[in-house]
Amino acid sequence: MKQRLVVIGAGMASGRVLEHLTDAAPDAFDITLFNAEPCGNYNRIMLSPVLSGEKTYEEIVTHDDAWYAARGIACRFGEKVEKIDREMKVVEGDNGHVPYDKLVIATGSTPFMIPLPGHDLEGVIAYRDLEDTQRMMGMGPDNKVVVIGGGLLGLEAAAGMAAHGVDVTVVHIMGHLMERQLDEAAGHLLKKSLEDKGIKICLQANSKEVLGEDGKVRALLLDDGTKLPCDLLVMAVGIRPNTALAQEAGLATGRGIHVDDQMLTSDTDVYAVGECVEHDGEVFGLVAPLYDQAKVAAQSLLEEEAAFVQKTLSTKLKVTGCDLFSAGDFADGPGREDIVFRDPSRGVYKRLVIEEDRLVGAVMYGDTADGSWFFGLIKDGTSIEEMRETLIFGPAYQGGDTADPLSAVAALPPEAEICGCNGVCKSEIVEAINAGAGDLGAVRANTKASASCGTCTGLVEQVLQVTLGDAFQLPTAQPICGCTDLKHEDVRRLIKGQELKSQAAVWQELGWKTLDGCHVCRPAINYYLLADWPLEYQDDPQSRFVNERKHANIQKDGTFSVVPRMWGGITTPDELRAIADAADKYDVPTVKVTGGQRIDLLGVKGEDLPAIWSDLNQAGLVSGHAYSKGLRTVKTCVGTDHCRFGTQDSTGLGIKLEKILWGSWTPHKLKLAVSGCPRNCAEATCKDIGVVCVDSGYQISIGGAAGMDVKETELLCQVPTEEEATEVVMAVTQAYREGGKYLDRLYKWLGKVGMDWVKAQVVDDVENRAALVARFELSQSIYRKDPWAEHVKEKAQTYAPIADFTLEAAE
Amino acid sequence: MSWIDIGHIDEVPLRGARLVKTHIGCIAVFRTAEADVYAATNSCPHNGGPLSEGIVHGQSVTCPLHNWVFDLNTGEAQGADDGRITTYPVRLEDGRILLDDGAITRRSAA
Ligand SMILES: Cc1cc2nc3c(=O)[nH]c(=O)nc-3n(C[C@H](O)[C@H](O)[C@H](O)COP(=O)(O)OP(=O)(O)OC[C@H]3O[C@@H](n4cnc5c(N)ncnc54)[C@H](O)[C@@H]3O)c2cc1C
Ligand code: SF4
Ligand code: FES
Repeated sequence: MKQRLVVIGAGMASGRVLEHLTDAAPDAFDITLFNAEPCGNYNRIMLSPVLSGEKTYEEIVTHDDAWYAARGIACRFGEKVEKIDREMKVVEGDNGHVPYDKLVIATGSTPFMIPLPGHDLEGVIAYRDLEDTQRMMGMGPDNKVVVIGGGLLGLEAAAGMAAHGVDVTVVHIMGHLMERQLDEAAGHLLKKSLEDKGIKICLQANSKEVLGEDGKVRALLLDDGTKLPCDLLVMAVGIRPNTALAQEAGLATGRGIHVDDQMLTSDTDVYAVGECVEHDGEVFGLVAPLYDQAKVAAQSLLEEEAAFVQKTLSTKLKVTGCDLFSAGDFADGPGREDIVFRDPSRGVYKRLVIEEDRLVGAVMYGDTADGSWFFGLIKDGTSIEEMRETLIFGPAYQGGDTADPLSAVAALPPEAEICGCNGVCKSEIVEAINAGAGDLGAVRANTKASASCGTCTGLVEQVLQVTLGDAFQLPTAQPICGCTDLKHEDVRRLIKGQELKSQAAVWQELGWKTLDGCHVCRPAINYYLLADWPLEYQDDPQSRFVNERKHANIQKDGTFSVVPRMWGGITTPDELRAIADAADKYDVPTVKVTGGQRIDLLGVKGEDLPAIWSDLNQAGLVSGHAYSKGLRTVKTCVGTDHCRFGTQDSTGLGIKLEKILWGSWTPHKLKLAVSGCPRNCAEATCKDIGVVCVDSGYQISIGGAAGMDVKETELLCQVPTEEEATEVVMAVTQAYREGGKYLDRLYKWLGKVGMDWVKAQVVDDVENRAALVARFELSQSIYRKDPWAEHVKEKAQTYAPIADFTLEAAE
Repeated sequence: MSWIDIGHIDEVPLRGARLVKTHIGCIAVFRTAEADVYAATNSCPHNGGPLSEGIVHGQSVTCPLHNWVFDLNTGEAQGADDGRITTYPVRLEDGRILLDDGAITRRSAA
């Protein structure tokens, strides 16, 4: 019979236990997993990038529902374990008992809240989980926040909020920041970089009282009388292992739950891993040792031999622009010697601490590329006698090589640690590569290297390059263009995360290698900016392809085509007369009926555009945007008005949709159609968004195409009313606008995010749907207008030559 | 060399271009920066694309039809493409753009 395993806490440590266990022995246990948080395991250390906007929550989920389902793990999320009965071998959750043969406790830790007067006011929070992160993300430029604690967590919280324009003050009790990881000099450089980001920092500051009003926090009072007003107070002053449950169950505990080298507690059927444990007098606060513990615990559960050994740790801070590294012990002491290197102009500081020809500590700020090499020397206790003189310059100088990052990586010994979070060394990666892992994704899947905080991604790629030579194709996702190394996804994220609201800001802050971009990146960046900041950013015509700049399609002979909008494909004799008159007046050589149910006037001269538009405007006709990466047409059939099969007013809905959506910009063109019944005369099922009316309502399907690729749409949902159909269409459009890569048609975007995600966003989560609709409306308040009319009024002269010498010559 | 005033720099959009019609063809006047202008033929040597409609970046323009990129200093096509556009002397004086009259006539002789 299978053994019953119960796991308490779905955090980073237990997540790793479950991975090892289900990989090595999928059928050994019947597993039940409790978690007090209402979700499964996510990468807690990446909450900071989520807070700063550089990542989304979805991107940091490590185990989703499908993962647990595939491994047959019974999940009891949102359910706290209240009691462990070791006698009966059952665990008591909020919703009932579960018996166990083996138990793993992985309850992590609880943030420590300083018991100042007022610490229980509304608006005093810690920084530990998604909820805290969301509270902080709710702050904006009008808010003030105080963070108590100038350690890793406090600073990541402060920087994350500052990235959203929040007025943040950090209050730290010690004389310099991150005093446990940094010395004074590095602490000073860090303070400077953070102050450059607009964060205020009070050192040697003692908090006295939290002041409130109506039960809500209003300010923090320091003992020197300073009052720091705030709408939110974040305490990040340390953690306490979560031992209550184990203690009540009578397990041996000290600061944490006592475990031996096999991660076994004082009960032979109960293991513990993670921040809740105490091993050999130590408690833990970084993931690297927890992952080692997890592996050992899994092996012990499978009755394999394994032992947990504590190792030296290194620290990095995940704040963009603050590059620091610290490892080992760097306190001054007799018999210790320092090597220091400074480059003030670059803000670089490096200090190595040496004891008896061994490196024992390293602190670096501003340039941390050699961190993992130094870390390796510390951990291995390598003698540095021979390279003492050049040690501070890093591995590239050992052996007279040039400072080329590749040769530095090549010079790393096999046991050098590449991925600190997961404790993966170079030889493991090389082994995986030799066994066939040919790219970053494969190395990640096989070794976990770079799968946690991701700061070592570049290093892993370099190991790939060194190992495979020319056979290694650099990342599959290419940078946007030669102007940057960043991918579309990165740039989009950073535009939002760092609140970049102009092209100049993007070029500067994201380190564009060219002065002002090129024809590849400029249109993409222009689109991202206007989609993300509709009110703040002004569309830049000079970053658009000619068709969108001139609001007409350029033809191969340099003339243009003009397509007025016909709402839902419906027109009138007056409109037709106006079109015919315009065609005559401007000698239009070709008049064609398009596939989108309207009329195309082909062969109009560039200089005549404003005039022909003005004439068409007079008759009430506006631009059909036949040239845009934006809404093109909403094709309709005649529906209930005229057709005996019609179930709903398909024409009416089509017109409504077109009136709502017109003028909006999207990553690529967007075509819609509405058919009155499943006979589908409007061909709705090969459009980007298609609506098919049925007796009971409206079937909305998305992701069709009929171009180089032909694709049938996939059903998104069926809704009963026209109103709801309209909302769903707006919400899908907005989700695509916000997430789509420039020049990806809707079906490509759909392929990346998946139908389940779209359904969750716009169908199931009604609140989120409403928010998407509201953001779309906000954007449309700017863009729902006729560009022709505007150009006729404001820009007509730019369509004519600036000077014409042919006229002069004729005189 | 005689210079002809063709207009004020503010009439050319930043990172954009305007056309000058001459008896023997169109010249595109590009504005690459606040106070930086270039002049070249409007016609792309590849297939006649109107260069004044291209995206202007750095000191180059990308043809709107097939994305050939030309350096406006030398007129040379960049990258793998092989071709050259004629460039013309141009000056900026008190915000006025001056084009070399001789260049226009020289072209008519060609
Ligand atoms: C914002 C932030 C940034 C960080 N950055 C880094 C970093 O850069 N590098 C690094 O190495 N480390 C970092 N850490 C630390 C790292 O996240 C932790 O060391 C790690 O998450 C601890 O893992 P764990 O499994 O022990 O606990 P957790 O991940 O906290 O998981 C414990 C889980 O148990 C649940 N639980 C507790 N009690 C019960 C109960 N009675 N019943 C049911 N469920 C229960 C909790 O809800 C929780 O979900 C960071 C932490 C935070 C908060
Ligand atoms: S789709 Fe149905 S309702 Fe519309 S025209 Fe065709 S048959 Fe009639
Ligand atoms: S016509 Fe200019 S690139 Fe083809």
